[in-house]
Parts: sequence; structure tokens; C-alpha cells
Amino acid sequence: MSSYVVEQANDVVALDFQTHPARYKHWQLGITPPYATLSLSVAEDGGVFPGYRLKRNSYDIGVDIELSDAVMRLRFEHPEVRAVVITSALADSFCAGANIQMLGQASHEHKVNFCKFTNETRNAIEDASAHSGQRYMAAINGTAAGGGFELALATDYLLLVDDGNTAVSLPEVSLLAVLPGTGGLTRLVDKRKIRRDIADVFCTLEEGMRSSRALKNKLVDETVPRSRFNERVAELAMELAGGSDRPTDRTGIPLTPLRRNNRSDGIDYEHLRVDYQSGLATIWLRGPQAPAPADAAGIEKEGASFWPLALLRELDDALLHLRFNEPSLGTLVFKSVGDLDRALGYDALLIEHNDDWLVREVNLYATRVFKRLDLTARSLFALIEPGSCFAGWLSEILFAVDRSYILEGTSDTSDGEEEDEPAGIVLSESNFGRHPMVNGLSRLRTRFLGEPDTLSRVHTLAGVTLFAQPALKEGLVTFALDDIDWEDEIRLLLEERSSFSPDALSGMEANLRFPGPETMESKIFARLSTWQNWIFQRPNAVGEKGALPLFGSGRRPDFDKNRV
Amino acid sequence: MATVNYDTLIPNNVNLSTDLRLQRALEKWHPKFLNWWLQRGPTDFQTNEVYLRTAIGVDRGNWAKFGFVRMPDYRWGILLAPAVENRKIPFGEHTGEPAWQEVPGEYRGLIRRLLVVQGDTEPASVEQQRFLGHTAPSLYDMRNLFQVNVEEARHLWAMVYLLHKYFGRDGREEAEMLLERTSGDEDKPRILGAFNEETPDWLSFFLFTSFTDRDGKMQLECLAQSGFDPLSRTCRFMLTEEGHHMFVGKSGIERILARTCQVMNDAGISDPTDEGAVRALDVMDLPTIQRKMNFHFSVTLDLFGSEISTNAANAFTAGIKGRFHEVDIADDHRLLNDNYPLLQYENGRFAVNQVPAINAINARLLDDYIDDCENVVTAWNKTIAKSNIDFALSLPHRAFNRQIGSFADLNVTPAGGVLNDADWAAVKHQFLPSREDLGYILSLMKASLSAGSYASWIAPPKNGVGGKPGNFEYVRITC
Repeated sequence: MSSYVVEQANDVVALDFQTHPARYKHWQLGITPPYATLSLSVAEDGGVFPGYRLKRNSYDIGVDIELSDAVMRLRFEHPEVRAVVITSALADSFCAGANIQMLGQASHEHKVNFCKFTNETRNAIEDASAHSGQRYMAAINGTAAGGGFELALATDYLLLVDDGNTAVSLPEVSLLAVLPGTGGLTRLVDKRKIRRDIADVFCTLEEGMRSSRALKNKLVDETVPRSRFNERVAELAMELAGGSDRPTDRTGIPLTPLRRNNRSDGIDYEHLRVDYQSGLATIWLRGPQAPAPADAAGIEKEGASFWPLALLRELDDALLHLRFNEPSLGTLVFKSVGDLDRALGYDALLIEHNDDWLVREVNLYATRVFKRLDLTARSLFALIEPGSCFAGWLSEILFAVDRSYILEGTSDTSDGEEEDEPAGIVLSESNFGRHPMVNGLSRLRTRFLGEPDTLSRVHTLAGVTLFAQPALKEGLVTFALDDIDWEDEIRLLLEERSSFSPDALSGMEANLRFPGPETMESKIFARLSTWQNWIFQRPNAVGEKGALPLFGSGRRPDFDKNRV
Repeated sequence: MATVNYDTLIPNNVNLSTDLRLQRALEKWHPKFLNWWLQRGPTDFQTNEVYLRTAIGVDRGNWAKFGFVRMPDYRWGILLAPAVENRKIPFGEHTGEPAWQEVPGEYRGLIRRLLVVQGDTEPASVEQQRFLGHTAPSLYDMRNLFQVNVEEARHLWAMVYLLHKYFGRDGREEAEMLLERTSGDEDKPRILGAFNEETPDWLSFFLFTSFTDRDGKMQLECLAQSGFDPLSRTCRFMLTEEGHHMFVGKSGIERILARTCQVMNDAGISDPTDEGAVRALDVMDLPTIQRKMNFHFSVTLDLFGSEISTNAANAFTAGIKGRFHEVDIADDHRLLNDNYPLLQYENGRFAVNQVPAINAINARLLDDYIDDCENVVTAWNKTIAKSNIDFALSLPHRAFNRQIGSFADLNVTPAGGVLNDADWAAVKHQFLPSREDLGYILSLMKASLSAGSYASWIAPPKNGVGGKPGNFEYVRITC
């Protein structure tokens, strides 16, 4: 066995998804309004795990956590930034993609989660370009290979230096016996609409294409000589910035560090609490502690502590933590606690002021976090109990999960205390298209794909508190249980779920969650979870004689030539 | 096969006249090459007749003839060393299988990349040296310069032949790109760093041909082992020519040292570090030569790439690029279980660690190269010792002044001391040529163009070339 083939216990190193530009090891963020520049200069010895060096601007999860943080901060902290240039601070290499030694030694779970996260970050870049007035371009000043080219493909405009040597390539198939894992194949044919036979040639050409050939085949949008490169980057960035509707007279809100306390059996955030039991994590979402501010100015004043934003950031962090650091918690149960009317007040504010750049960012972020939830390969359940506050945008969680249960009536309060209001949910405009899934449809529309009438009817019920029976009748929850059955049924549900094969569940859930049309985004994830994750398991990629473990060893993989 | 056909436009021993496709490709490339030679080759003397050798065969011994030729009329040709009958692949996972006469599809990209990188260096050095004719210290040296230039250009032809013959459209495109990139060009530089450095003076030229062409030799030696037989044969013949280039460098430095020592002795200067006194005599002082040597040697080490290299390992396993003197190495030539001692810097000190030999192909070649260079420096020091001057040149530590490889982030003195940034900044000028050093060398660069005369800073050669004496008019300046 090669010395590179060591089983890495990835869960030994707990990944932290919180960072700050002041702590970046790999990216430099330069703000020169109206545009910003993200320069990649990966610290070779700055890998998250031991056993590999991040040469030639190759990346591991740590590099992408910083990128994700930068993309997020640019949106919230810098309204003045209307275009973003991604480039390299290293000579010769724009980005060499995911580090192969890292992939070779990583566990399968880590590889899958790593790819998913990097995809979500690329999608966030496209989301900023499409919806935030913050358009991205790639200034490819050195070879962009594999994930490096895929990163460039996530931007709106690819400028390639024409020095007779610098190439863009997707060498995964020919070099590594895997696929480009961050949407490269899909973006070639779907986004850039490159002819499939040309894409076939490109994807099997280890060294890729450069200069006029790259341009002719639409792999890049423009080539420019080295001497004019920087000048042209600045021109293009100004051009991209020109069409933006971001305000020039507002200041950003600093994304302050999350207050987070890791316990051995869970995590406490300010608005979120996660409790681990065997194989299960319960996620408590806390409603707002104070009434919503009066207007957009009030939101800006509250900044990162504005309840929806604060809760979303915590939920986002918790989901990533659970994905990467707690692989054995196969079921996530969502509950909420709070004042329904107060939560609804925030929802109304988010709808009313969506034209405000900051509110728009909060809404777009909610969309991304809910997508992250849709794409989390765990069994997802929601329990709606008295005192919960699933209202408006927060009730999207009910339609993201695999099943939801509502407690009918109130719990038995035989001690004579005053009775709680029964559990109910409230829909709003937030549930009808403001937070689309990766398939481009709202969760409710996806849910009622075969029942357009139901969809219309529940739309008329927006604003009405729907208790257990109406919610069940309208198909908004899976089951309504009274307090006699509640505890036992829920226990049985969770026990039964944990008895199934986690792999079969991931597959089943992913198949059932995304009916309806395909989009580029949905294709990227679907292709990833089927093809790439299959290939990642196959001996031709990861077996003792497979391409990944042998990469760098000088030995050649020995492929099983049978087609499956 | 051994006879070269000079009847056609392109002299060759590859039966070009029967390969119309190849002939068409090369004939289309030919005018572009000539244009390149005129635009980026030697800046002047293109119309002068130069006493050059031209390959007329590929058999050992009697392969070249000497005669006067104008450089643009030089018969650049395609010459392969004779085929070895039943040659087997000597290393890698195909060891013992018959050598490939055609490119194996699975290695097409790998071989093409190697050819492009090698091919890119050949015209690069011609470009780097294009101004040197103006400051030639003698007609003998000018002739040597042009000999090196035309043969490097022929090496370009050799690589282009392989690209055209075996790599289809991609190969033709790469062949054109070899003429488009230019040494030191801001927009389209040559691929490897050292080939974008200037060669502004003759000391640089002799050091370049001593050290950097020696890297070329090592690379060609490794490619000459290739299981892809046309590549092997091409490189074997290139090595025949390369020997002269290194001779030019090695003997050039020897003559500079001899001259400096002689002038010092004549003037009674015994302290070689008295740079001022030595420079007053219009010769190159020994410490400056050492600093220049430090520069050229360290920049050339970077050409070997990372000590631990996946690409080199892949090329070895594939049977495409072997090790120096591969067939003489006593091992299994597969390296599946072997280790190799590698100098590494860890925990604040240098240590030799055992690493998988297959990953250390570049490191091993670097070791072989440094051994080869040590012999050259030993010979130079004999010249100094003969003059009884107390000075010895020495190769700097391999970690000195590196930009590529595992030592790139370190500040290492020629003696191997590791310094922090501040200390390094304070002493760096002692080890590398200063602007003043370079200015002084440039001030010596005055052409000496009458037959038999030599510039102040260099001794005449012991022998002439091509059977002619040192005072022969190697370049017909007057006609």
C-alpha cells in the first residue's frame, strides 16, 4: 500500500465554519469600490487535516470555508461592492482544484460533504450574481484546472490570460478517474451551452485548452495578453458593477461572531439549541424575543442581531456542523418555540421591505439556508407542538422536511394550570415562491405538484392560523396526533427510522424531495449524488489499484474494464 | 538509414520524401521558422559566412562536416540516431516490452507535454543570446555562439518533427506555439523561468552553457531512455551536438579564469578578493565569477522541478522518461518498493530522509546533475590552482536561492546556513551579483573582431575548432 493511503478519521478534527477575513489563511479580500477582489494564495501547509500539502493553489474544505465566508460577507457587509473579481495571487496557478492527496485519504462521507459544500458555495456566487447586484468574474491569470476551472465557471465572465501557456482544464476523468465534482460538466453544457461533443473532447483532454482554442470553444469569454491583463480586469469589473442596483449611500452590517457553546451532547446558540441523543439531533428554533423593528432602517440598526438573520446564521452553522462533524446523527428533528404573532410580524417586515438591499439579502440568505436543509442527507422531521412559532418564512422548514407531525389539541395539563393555545401554523406570501427550492419551485408548489387546486386553496389561507385538523386536511402536515398517541408515535417513528439503512434512506429521501422540473442547480446536485458519489465508491477510483490512492505514487491505476 | 538526404529542402534521415503528410506539415512550418530565426535569432551577422559544422550523418565519429555558411542558409534537418534493433522499453511498468514505434494513445498527452516543455527551451536560448554577437570577445567565440544557436534551433526542429509526425493537429498547433512564445516576453514568455532570464554578457553565456545546457543534457539523457523509440532516437542524436555546447561553456570559463589569474600574477596581485585592483586590469575578478555562478547554478536547479514530483513519477512508470543512465542502474527499473535518500528541511535543520524512489525521480536527477557540475568546477579550480592563486570556486548549497521545490521558502547561504529574512537581507549581496558587478561585466563587453585577437578578459583557446587554428577567421566579417 502506498503511504498516501491512510484512513483519515475526519471526525477527529472538528470543522468550524465560522471565520473572518482577518483570520483567512488562503484568500485576500481587497475592497476597491465599486468592486472587490478575492485573490487566492493557498498556504501550502495550511490544510485542515494532516497528511497533504496544498500545492499550486489546490484546496481543501478549509480554503472553501473562507471563500464561503467571503461571499457571504461581501453581500451583507459591503453594499458598495457591485462586482467581485476572483483571481490568483500565485504565479502560474489560478487554482488547481481540490487537493488530490486530501481526496485520496478522506473518508467517503467527508468527500461527499466536501463536494456538496463547495457546490453550495459556487451556487451562492451565482445567486449573488443573479439576485444581489453583485456580479462575479474570474480573472484567470494562471492555469485553472479541475475545481479551479469549475470555480471560474461559477462566475459570469471568464477572462483568460493569453500567454501561449495558461490553460483551463477539467482533467478529472483522464487523470483521476472521477468527475469534476463542483458542477463543471453541467455548467459546460447547461450554463455556457457548449456543444456536447466539444465538451466531451475538452473533458478528456488532460491539459485542457488555452488561448484562442479556449475562446473558440466558449470555455472562456475573452482572452487578453498578459501586459494588458490587469487593466482589462479593472475595466470589466467596472462594467459588471455598472448594472447593479445596490445602494451607494448605505453601509453594510458586520456579521459579528456567532455566540455558540459546544456541549458534549449538543450546541447552544442564542436562538437555536441542538440536542444530541443516540442517532438523533433535535433542533430547537427560538422565536423572536422582541417585536419586529418598524422598518428597514430598524433592521439595519439591529444588524446581525436582527432575529431572522441571526437565526438563519445559526441554523446554517448547525447544519454544516451536523453534516461534517456528527455523521452518526442520522435524523434531525425540528421544533420551534416562540410567539406565533411576533414571528409573523417579522415575516411581514421581510415581505414588505424586500426592495431594501439588506432585507433582500436576508430573504436570499433564507432561500440558501432552506436549500441547504433540503440538501442535507439526513432524515428530516418537524414536530409542531403547542407554543411553536412556524409562521411565514420559518414554516418553510415544515415543507423542507420529510415528514411533519402536529400535536392536536393541547397536552394534558391535569395539574389545572391554564391551557396552552393549541399548536398551529401560519402561511404567508413567503411560502409561495419567495424561497424556491433548487428545482425552481416553491416548496408548497413542489409539495402539491399534482394538486394545483390545493395549492390555490392554501394560498387563500395565508395569514390564518391553521390548527391540526385544517393543516392535516390541506395536506400541510403529514400526521396530526393527539396527546394520547403523540409521545409513543413519535418514539416509534424515530426508532423505526433509525433501523433502516442510512444509505437507502439518503437515496430515498433525495429521490422524493425534488419532484418537478430540473434546473441547472438541481442537476448539479442530482448528478453529484448519483454519479460522483457512485464513482467515489468504485474500485476504479478508490480501490487499492484505483486512481485516487495511486495519484502521486507514480503507479498507474489498474481499471476494471467492465462497464456497469 | 544512416545516410542523410540533402537533396530535399529539409535534410533528414527519416524518409521524409515518402511521408507526404509530414512533409506538408514541415514545409508549412519552415517559413515560419525562418521568419522566427530572422526576427528573434542573432540580431546581426545573418549575412556573414560563419565556419559552422553541419550534421551529415548520424554515425559516431564522422557525423559532421565544417564549412562556411550564412546562418539563414544553414541546413536544419531532422536527424535521428540509428535504430537499435529489437529495442525494449527499459523501465516503468512496461519494462521488457518492445519499444513503441508509434505513440501509445494513453500516453499521448503526457508525451506531448514533455516535448513542448523540452522544445520550448531550444529556441528560448537562441532568443536569450541574440545580442551577444555584438560583443564577441573573438571570432572564435562568435563562431561558437552561432554554432550553439543553429544547433539549438535544430533541436527545435527535432521536437517539431516529433510533434508533427505523431501528434496530429494538436502537435502542429504546439509547434506553432513554440515560435510564438518568446524569452522574456511580457505577454507570451517561455514556459520555464530560467529561459526568461537575460543573457546580456559573455560570462552569462558561458555559465549558461555550462550549467543550463547541462540541465538540457540531463533531460535529453532521460528522454533518450524513453520507451517511445522515435523520442529516444531523436534525443540520442541531440546529445551528440549538446556536448559541444557544454564544451563552449566549460572552456569559456576556463579561459576567463586563466586570463584573470595570468593578469593578476603579471601585476603581482595575490589577494583575489581585491576586486578593485583586479578590475583595474580589465579582467573579471574571481569573487564576481563565483557570485554569477551562484546565480546560474541555483536558477538552473529550479528547472528540475519539485524534488517530489507526481508528473515525473507518472512519466517514469509510463516508460516515457527515465533516469540518467537508466540502463546502467542496478535495480528493477520499476521502483515499486525502493526508497531514495532525499535532503529535506524540517524542524529547523537539514536531514536526509528515505522517500519512495518513484516520487523522487526529479531529486535523483538533480543529484546526478550536481555530481556532473562538481566535476566541472573541479576542472575550473585546477586552472586557478595552476596559477598559484589562493581561491577556489564552489557550487552553492542546493537550497540556495531557490524559487521552486521544497527549499523555495527558505533563505539559505551558499554554505547551507539558514537565515531569517532580516539576516538574509543583510548578507544576500555577498552571494549574488550586484548591479555594480553586472555593470562592470557589461563594461568589459567590447567586440574583438579581427582574426586571432581576443578581448582583454579572456585567454585564447588551446586549440581552434574544425581543424582550424585559433587565429582563423571563423566569421567572415569583411564580406
